[in-house]
Amino acid sequence: MPRIGVVTFPGSLDDRDAARAVRIAGAEAVPLWHADPWLYEVDAVILPGGFSYGDYLRCGAIARFSPVMESVIGAARDGMPVLGICNGFQVLCESHLLPGALVRNDHRKFICKEQLLRIENAHTPWTSNYRNGQEIVIPLKNGEGGFVADQHTLDELEANGRVVARYLDGNPNGSYRDIAGICNEAGNVVGLMPHPEHAVEALTGSGTDGLGFFLGFPPFSGADGPDSSRSKVESGAQA
Amino acid sequence: MNVDTVENAERTPEQPQPFAELGLAEDEYARIREILGRRPTSSELAIYSVMWSEHCSYKSSRLHLKQFGEKVPKTDTLLVGMGENAGVVDAGDGWAVTFKIESHNHPSYVEPYQGAATGVGGIVRDILTMGARPVAVMDSLRFGGLDAPDTRRVLPGVVAGVGGYGNCLGLPNIGGEVYFDDSYLGNPLVNALCVGVMRTDGIKLAKADGPGNLVVLFGARTGGDGIGGASVLASATFDETGPAKRPSVQVGDPFAEKVLIECCLEIFAADLVVGIQDLGAAGLSCATTELAAAGAGGMDVDLDRAPLRDASLVPEEILMSESQERMMAVVTPENLDGFLAICAKWDVLATVIGTVTDSGRLRMRWHGETIVDLPPRTAALEGPLYRRPVERPLDQDALNEHDGHALPRPRDAAGLRDTLLRLIASANLADKSWVTDQYDRFVLGNTVLAQPEDAGMIRLDESTNRGLAISVDGNGRYTRLEPYVGAQLALAEAYRNVATTGARPLAVTNCLNFGSPEDPAVMWQFTEAVRGLADGCLALGTPVTGGNVSFYNQTGTTPILPTPVIGVLGVIDDVTRRTPQGFTTDGALIYLLGDTRDEFGGSEWAHVVHGYLGGLPPAVDLEREKLLADVLINCSRDGLIDSAHDLAEGGLAQALVESCLRGDSGARVVLPEGADAFVTLFSESPGRAIVSVPRSEEVRFTDMCTARGLPHVRIGVVDVLDARLAVHFGSDAFDVPLRELRRAWTSTLPAHFD
Repeated sequence: MPRIGVVTFPGSLDDRDAARAVRIAGAEAVPLWHADPWLYEVDAVILPGGFSYGDYLRCGAIARFSPVMESVIGAARDGMPVLGICNGFQVLCESHLLPGALVRNDHRKFICKEQLLRIENAHTPWTSNYRNGQEIVIPLKNGEGGFVADQHTLDELEANGRVVARYLDGNPNGSYRDIAGICNEAGNVVGLMPHPEHAVEALTGSGTDGLGFFLGFPPFSGADGPDSSRSKVESGAQA
Repeated sequence: MNVDTVENAERTPEQPQPFAELGLAEDEYARIREILGRRPTSSELAIYSVMWSEHCSYKSSRLHLKQFGEKVPKTDTLLVGMGENAGVVDAGDGWAVTFKIESHNHPSYVEPYQGAATGVGGIVRDILTMGARPVAVMDSLRFGGLDAPDTRRVLPGVVAGVGGYGNCLGLPNIGGEVYFDDSYLGNPLVNALCVGVMRTDGIKLAKADGPGNLVVLFGARTGGDGIGGASVLASATFDETGPAKRPSVQVGDPFAEKVLIECCLEIFAADLVVGIQDLGAAGLSCATTELAAAGAGGMDVDLDRAPLRDASLVPEEILMSESQERMMAVVTPENLDGFLAICAKWDVLATVIGTVTDSGRLRMRWHGETIVDLPPRTAALEGPLYRRPVERPLDQDALNEHDGHALPRPRDAAGLRDTLLRLIASANLADKSWVTDQYDRFVLGNTVLAQPEDAGMIRLDESTNRGLAISVDGNGRYTRLEPYVGAQLALAEAYRNVATTGARPLAVTNCLNFGSPEDPAVMWQFTEAVRGLADGCLALGTPVTGGNVSFYNQTGTTPILPTPVIGVLGVIDDVTRRTPQGFTTDGALIYLLGDTRDEFGGSEWAHVVHGYLGGLPPAVDLEREKLLADVLINCSRDGLIDSAHDLAEGGLAQALVESCLRGDSGARVVLPEGADAFVTLFSESPGRAIVSVPRSEEVRFTDMCTARGLPHVRIGVVDVLDARLAVHFGSDAFDVPLRELRRAWTSTLPAHFD
């Protein structure tokens, strides 16, 4: 059974949800503690949503320096799959594992809604259960979710297929080029502003469209393309 | 520093003291001197002044609130009743649920964001103190008119505050209410509810037992914020000529509270506390006196050990500070190391500041000198008790007589169609997603239903699907017209909302928002509402488990509409059987349950179309409410219906529109033959709901209603593909495309606040 670490920082909120999503996907969720650098031989790591260290200074700015992040940064550079959701995405940007930054929503309000997305890159370990161009609905909830980067970086992300997901049906937070998620050059590190872990059960959340993010293991081999024979999560599918 | 010690107080009996400025009456001050046998030290005066404030002592309301304990229905579900931080209800399978609602009205007017934020923080700590993990919040909000300039200041700040704090704690906000009325313009209402869950053997109580046990203060440091907040803000009305009161509002740090929650839950799991109390209104004064009074009876405290954010604070200020995110625990000496280790893990500051004694005295020292020596019961439990004068308002008869029966009513299709569109776009009936989209409803992954559903529903147990449902409701206009009935209507609606989702209502919490208790007319409204609520709870079999009274909600001498806000908690065996609000099944038959009467007193129609308030509120029939609830719960369990929506403000028309839009389905409705179309569509008679019944279940459904004697009439059919609501009556008809309904319903709040 693949082992997926879920980090808890002080102020993490969606760590239980991420662990539940991992379990529903058939993997083992391994709790990781911010002050403990040891990764317990996990196959992948999820940095969950929340307000790590109160989001003081800047979102994710303090979490970046935690002992666990030193290990995660090293493992990510060696190819370990890492998914940062919401606050986790902010931590990945602050850690320079991903380019750009996340700033306050352009409308200045926190927003919580069921958001339509298009998967733009189904070749990462986190999105290999989707098809390129597949449309899914998962919850979005953030106060500082506007993705920004300079023109050059944005062009490079687009040119290299590093935009993983894009907002459809209206831009909820002012993200440049409607970007909802990106990956690093190798594709193993993915940051996503919306919350797939809140869309893994028909009973709660917004359906089951998010489950695919947690089904892509055993660990990243770079082999899974959009035509993989692995079972696909179809948009709107209900478990 | 010049500290007023007990010794000094004995030596200087005639020294004048500012008791009046601290909100104490002359006879109250005299009683303190009598209790102590000398003048109080300034620290003791600080303690008595906050503990004997209306906010903490319930001195005007206690006499009347006793009814909740006297008229308690027979129930075996109540594990902890009134008097603790929150009541606890047995939810089955070894689960216990605790819930409570509390006001933070005055601070939210002064400083909307922080006032609302710390309101959420305070109620969450109350729930945590019972030993429970907080699992959801709700909020009941009232503001001045939608068009009033100050509403644009207060509402966005309050909403951002509720969201900012709750979102950062990781608690889903699953429902609530937002109402507008001019009477709340200078006095908005912010009532926050929290619900928590624990195992039945994990209940904690607020008492300092066991002489020799240690008193630990943990969480945030004590600062100068909120000094005098409890007595200054909650006991005085806003006077334009008075000094600015901004410094009295507490400032919240939700991150500190989130860490404190996790820290406490780990401490509870390791069973390391004897008793625990949160520091809310009246801060350390309240926590020390209440813990001591409820336990062994005495406590020695070294106040100078309390960690401070501002080293210049004097003892009186430390005692009155309402700094947030603080807790006090009683720990045995053997468990202290374990307790401190968990605090260290979460980076929570913890300091031993005293010991439990059986001396019957609360003694506090400041750098070795005794500054407090008082019997804690006299501060915590034996505060003043007032039987305030009560007098039916002079205008009450006139208000009830002018019932508005002559107000012009629409008769034809065009007039009814216009009225429907106007009402759904009106402030109180319009879509509230501008507010609720700022709240996280998904976090923790157990939200089964959230706003705009009739009640919020949370899964308690992933293995069994056992769950809870909660609704909060209140209607100030109904209560103004007839307080006894108004309180029962609020109770009935919350009860009905819970049953509509399929959960069985079990218990009640309440937040009673009224004007000044020194006004006999307000006191009449209050006593009538309390009597109505107590009688109603007895009739419905749902005990009051706790709550809060907020007085002095008025601008000048004009009180707010009397506004009891009632929360009802229910339990459902299997959340997968819950009944949602939206129409989704094509061809399902729409039934109207209950009796519709010509009842427009206090209605939205009279308010919106005619700006009129008069007559009597709709008649309440609690036996009927019980019957309707039984049918709705059984239908949910047996799978006889696939949607249900309670009828309340705006009547049938509002409910139909909401069920259509929620399910994104059309409906063809034929009003009952011979019925007055206007009354059928817009009357606010309670005890009603609409349900949609799959055709395959129609016979079983109608048989059940007939056998139980619940009036039911088929009024239409769900038509998923036909994107409009069509209403036929007599030989006439009108229809409105869903697109037009949605635009009318959703545009109002964004147009005012974006």
